[in-house]
Amino acid sequence: MSAQGTDGDTDAGAALPKTPRDYLPLLLPVALALAALPFVPSTSTWVTLTIAGLAMGMMIFVMASGLTLIFGLMDVLNFGHGAFIAIGAYMATLVLIPLAAWMQADSVWLNLAAVVPAVLFAMAVTGALGLAFERIVIMPVYGQHLKQILITMGGMIVAEQMLYAFFGPQQIPLPLPTSLRGSFQFGEAAIEKYRVVCVLVGLAVFLAMLAILNRSKIGLLIRAGVENTEMVEALGYRITRLFVGVFMAGSALAGLGGVMWALYREQVNAAMGGELLVLVFIVVIIGGLGSVTGCFIGALLVALATNYAGFLVPKLALVTDILLMVAVLLWRPRGLYPVTSR
Amino acid sequence: MTSRFMPLSGDPPRSRALSIALILIVLALALAPFLFPGAKPLNVAAKVCIFIALAASYDLLLGYTGVVSFAHTMFYGIGSYGIAISLYSLGARWDAIGLGLLVALPTAALLALVIGLFSLRVQTIFFAMITLAVASAFAVLASQLSWLTGGEDGRSFRVPELLQPGTVYIPRDVLGVAVTGRTLTYYIVFASCVVLFLLLLRVVNSPFGRVLQAIRENPFRAEALGYRTVMHRILANCIAAAAAAAVGALNALWLRYTGPDTSLSFSIMLDILLIVVIGGMGTMYGAIIGGTLYVLAQNYLQALMGTVSTAAGEAGIPILPQLFHPDRWLLWLGVLFVLSVYFFPAGIVGKLRGGPG
Amino acid sequence: MSELLTLSGVETHIGRYHILHGVELGVPEGQTTMLLGRNGAGKTTTLRTIMGLWRASGGEIRFGGERIDALSTPAIARAGIGYVPETMAVFSDLTVKENLVLAAREGEMDQTRLDWIFGFFPPLRKFWLSRAGTLSGGQKQMLSFARSLIEPRRLLLIDEPTKGLAPAIIGALIDCLKEVKRRGATILLVEQNFRVAQAIGDTVGVMDNGRVVHAGTMAELVADEAMQQRLLGLSLDTHQ
Repeated sequence: MSAQGTDGDTDAGAALPKTPRDYLPLLLPVALALAALPFVPSTSTWVTLTIAGLAMGMMIFVMASGLTLIFGLMDVLNFGHGAFIAIGAYMATLVLIPLAAWMQADSVWLNLAAVVPAVLFAMAVTGALGLAFERIVIMPVYGQHLKQILITMGGMIVAEQMLYAFFGPQQIPLPLPTSLRGSFQFGEAAIEKYRVVCVLVGLAVFLAMLAILNRSKIGLLIRAGVENTEMVEALGYRITRLFVGVFMAGSALAGLGGVMWALYREQVNAAMGGELLVLVFIVVIIGGLGSVTGCFIGALLVALATNYAGFLVPKLALVTDILLMVAVLLWRPRGLYPVTSR
Repeated sequence: MTSRFMPLSGDPPRSRALSIALILIVLALALAPFLFPGAKPLNVAAKVCIFIALAASYDLLLGYTGVVSFAHTMFYGIGSYGIAISLYSLGARWDAIGLGLLVALPTAALLALVIGLFSLRVQTIFFAMITLAVASAFAVLASQLSWLTGGEDGRSFRVPELLQPGTVYIPRDVLGVAVTGRTLTYYIVFASCVVLFLLLLRVVNSPFGRVLQAIRENPFRAEALGYRTVMHRILANCIAAAAAAAVGALNALWLRYTGPDTSLSFSIMLDILLIVVIGGMGTMYGAIIGGTLYVLAQNYLQALMGTVSTAAGEAGIPILPQLFHPDRWLLWLGVLFVLSVYFFPAGIVGKLRGGPG
Repeated sequence: MSELLTLSGVETHIGRYHILHGVELGVPEGQTTMLLGRNGAGKTTTLRTIMGLWRASGGEIRFGGERIDALSTPAIARAGIGYVPETMAVFSDLTVKENLVLAAREGEMDQTRLDWIFGFFPPLRKFWLSRAGTLSGGQKQMLSFARSLIEPRRLLLIDEPTKGLAPAIIGALIDCLKEVKRRGATILLVEQNFRVAQAIGDTVGVMDNGRVVHAGTMAELVADEAMQQRLLGLSLDTHQ
């Protein structure tokens, strides 16, 4: 820590110390991956496990990023976020099952012609539901945490049950398109194609979010709003529009994550929302409520640890997320990158 | 009552209608084996007792401390599994029951302490998230560690002979209703739940309980007045956890079985939430009203749903049969829950007391 | 002289507390009006009510003849009112530049105007790309001022800008405010420091217990020792 603010109120001419940025958490996923290396019998297995962990982490990040952003800006923790994940997955089946022939065709273009509209449709529906949810369900309870938790949790149950009612209790199979099946071979290591796609999509979402937050005016507004919504309004901006926009975007991202997860598991069921919600919460807590970068690191950590543990000590994999969360909270009680103002 | 003996801890129902309802419920439960003979009604009555005590212990958190925990079923489950594992491995002995309690209650309190230390320092939203995560991990563990818990199948076990249905104290031909080991078990459950309820009522009306409510109303002000808000919340969490574990033990004793579905499932958590919210948060008596209504509804309305569903199916109305299928019980519970939080935050007790709806 | 801002009978409740009890205040166009009064008299609440951050529960607020008491905060800001809160409320995660980019609502910042602001507050140029959170208290106040000046505004609401600042910085703020007024802006300034108030105030309102108990010109107050004593006792005899 360097000394700062010693010049008091007069400008003594000394340059300000460089903004202290905290890079330590960024090293954690790397450290974890390297720490696992000696325990895994072969390097090729390690590569496979690591890529699998990264892919899973990216999917969780896509689901969790919206939740943490919404919390940071609006101080609302949406316990119904899991429902948006599941709804996204079901919406994709509505497009993909009729287009099954294109999915099974041996043509990248036909595959894409099925997957892209499915993703867009899922995101559009979850985004629109996000809009309705924010305006109707959440707006009356801004600033009341207890009611927020109860109502959004209730909303989650209702949404999950509606999925059961409309789509039935059985799992719906959702095979990957032909061109995403199989794996690349790097020497001994086999890397599934779809996992590479997940890593690329996750990275793209992360970089796009960082770019928007740091380079665009909307991003400036969001960062300013996270700190002080009142002052943003006093500068003449309608914060409610920003709230709605971020809520829609966050819900659409949940939808996207749901589609990615469904294709990864190659099946959809209504319980997935609730199960993933727990994982998403752990990731968001590890990262620090409200922090996108923290969420990214948290997602990678959780997924890598689960994958290594699943291979090395399968029983331990049941509780790696919780243990990881406890370890991080012992180190930093508010998570890796807590958002300052709340 | 002017003597030092104050079973209601100076916190009477304060409403004529409420008092009458409470007296009726308690009388009905006290005489249940004779008023409603038969296995199913007695099961319902035992479940009412258990849910009342469980919801009361949850009200200490939700209503009086103002924090939302999703781990209450975990503590309930710890009590259930404590009794189940103990009786299963040691055999049908009274000391096994004692041992089960002796292990389960402190375990629950200790776990609550650790969770509280981790999450109540920061903010209540953190607590809600962490309890949800820990509870779901616990449920996974319970269903996976089959050697200990019996996995998904759970554990069936025998209870000491005095509590077994085959032990007849008074044969049927004397009073018209046979008094058996089952009747004795019911009265153990009933009496324990009454004691637990009165203890909880005492806790919320003690100076400690009043500080909790001050913290709930305004944590910053309470902090400024010198109360250690975190310690109070953590202690409340521990008391609630131990109480839930005790209720869990009663449940196991009554069912002679413990499994994930009867002790850990998330739908029990939702049941508790609904009972407390509908009965009235922060009133304790709400647990009695809410618990009774809820268990009755669950046992008799679910059947009605089935009838509606079948009728709608025969009439050829689309989607209604699915919406009213008895498996969609949680859907209507969820809807009712959300609506009550919005429009009925004071619950039935609040309404009867004439407070703001 | 016409009044740019007029408060008549303004009542404000915050939760269960009744803070403003019928505030009557006129802010003449093109002048600097000082709002004096002891802590808790309702000065900050008055500014926040004008800005729409608390809702007036009674009375009316007119700005340039139009009612603004029912408008939302963003709409009030867009009508041409700039606000410098007591807490400064700079966005500490954003750089100095980003803070000003946000304040320049309509997009690009006007370079001449920026240079004019830098003239008063040179540190802002120097720390242009530093995060506002790393600035000193005085520099944050400069940034907060700059934010309200980056676009021309008809009325500035400024809450205790000199609190806790070194004299050199107070001087820079006073120079800036005089220049802003010379350029035609109207200012409503809450101030505890009577020397500052004397230096820049044209008219004065003194508040006590949620009411304006005196209104008049600054010159009148400066000239009348007895009134000064009475009102200063009211406004300045506080233990801070």
